[in-house]
Amino acid sequence: MTTSRRAVLQGALALAAAGAVPGRILHAAASPPLTRAIPKTGEQIPLVGLGSWITFNVGNDRALLDECTRVVAAFFAAGGRMIDSSPMYGSSQPTIGYALKKLGHPKPLFSAEKVWISNASRGPTQMDRSRAYWGVPRFDLMQVHNLLSWERHLETLEAMKADGRVRYIGITTSEGRRHRDFIKVMATRPLDFVQVSYNIVDREVERRILPLARERGIAVIVNRPFQQGDLVKAVEKKPLPPWLAETGARTWPQFLLKFIVSHPAVTCAIPATSRVAHVEENMAAARGVLPDEALRRRMAAYVGQL
Amino acid sequence: MAEWWTYSLSDFLLFSPRVYYRLIELHNRDWWPAHLAAALLGLGLAVTVRAEGARLQARLLALLGGAWLWIAWAFFWERYATINWAAPYVAPAFALQGLILIVAALLAARAKPPPATPARRTVGGLLLAFGLAGYPLLAPALGRPWRAAETFAVLPDPTVVATLGVLTLANLPLRRLALVVPVLWCLVTGATLWTMGAADAFAAPAAALAALVATWTSGRGRRHTPPRP
Repeated sequence: MTTSRRAVLQGALALAAAGAVPGRILHAAASPPLTRAIPKTGEQIPLVGLGSWITFNVGNDRALLDECTRVVAAFFAAGGRMIDSSPMYGSSQPTIGYALKKLGHPKPLFSAEKVWISNASRGPTQMDRSRAYWGVPRFDLMQVHNLLSWERHLETLEAMKADGRVRYIGITTSEGRRHRDFIKVMATRPLDFVQVSYNIVDREVERRILPLARERGIAVIVNRPFQQGDLVKAVEKKPLPPWLAETGARTWPQFLLKFIVSHPAVTCAIPATSRVAHVEENMAAARGVLPDEALRRRMAAYVGQL
Repeated sequence: MAEWWTYSLSDFLLFSPRVYYRLIELHNRDWWPAHLAAALLGLGLAVTVRAEGARLQARLLALLGGAWLWIAWAFFWERYATINWAAPYVAPAFALQGLILIVAALLAARAKPPPATPARRTVGGLLLAFGLAGYPLLAPALGRPWRAAETFAVLPDPTVVATLGVLTLANLPLRRLALVVPVLWCLVTGATLWTMGAADAFAAPAAALAALVATWTSGRGRRHTPPRP
């Protein structure tokens, strides 16, 4: 156990004493999750992170804030690092800040945020506010959300990175929007990360974006791996394949996550959840074996015929 | 917004149904027993809204305007804004509606408007009754706790539907102007609830449709004839 993971567990222990974190999530995972390197630096990132779209937008409801804190505690206890949010996600940023403070600001945190404002001159103010919500001195990654006013925001982010005010910069899109512009930015600007939607039934990014990311040395974050839960609902009543063990998965969500993170261009998938059991299940998908290309084709074919 | 046609309503839903209904529960918990005063206001409106030019009616209408102002601040600005960044943009619209109703109440006290047509009075009465008595029953009827019941003059949807009832059954000055914000809100809340998969998503839009149809098809009703000298 590393010192930083020990610090997380100590924070969780304090929360458990206050009744906010159940004892069972204090047990650190038996083995650390599989990681993949950020191409530009070689820094290792666990294959599964934590999104916050919808799930962490709980306002100032103390009971739900504590519930989210338990999710974050379980995430770190399982060896997680990357948490992703956006000013667009309602109160998700203050919720993350609440959890991080309660957990004693876990050192493994890899903070991924976004700037999302049409008037780019107000971008720095928005990023400062986001930083205050999280309670972090700087973000590890700042992304331009959905390419909104991306030219001017990227100029700001490039300057921030040069000054050391952010470690990595990137752009995001979701649900396949603006891929033509997205590819253009990837091909012409010095990006560290891109964030796209990708899952076993929506594989459009495999054609251009993922190969371009590998070619340009850009890390890839995958959002909406379960299509906001719709994909899990669509398959959960169907039988898992008899060769499930070959994939390393035990459940449908793990099967779907394994498919995503086994793509060699993908750095990290960020499923969002408000339940401890789900975050543990998701993090377990970053352990054990990963499907090879032949098995990935088999997995996609199996889901396709359901 | 680029490629706006690629967005669906679910892309704009920022919260889960569970969080939304807990928000309502917390709002009810924090403002209890204001609900009792709100119920008295609703009762007063139901009793007096058919009266012709009564001062009490005008005062109650002004209080209805006050309820809109209250909801603009207490619900949209202070509460809903914590989970929906669009709520602070709705608050001014509710405040404006409150002011319109107060001005309409003042004008009504002086103008002695004539009664509406029987059809409008029937539709308006039903809407008012639904806003006052029907809406609080929706939560338990749909499996949500009583604590999440939505009541008139405390939460927006029943207040809007009751207001549509008042505007339909009384010939208030500024009546058509006063319909704009309630009808728009019915569309917004209907879309939100529909995206959340709520069974009562059609309640508010149906109320708005009924109010519009009754208002535009039944005319102003009997004209008021000043007494001969």
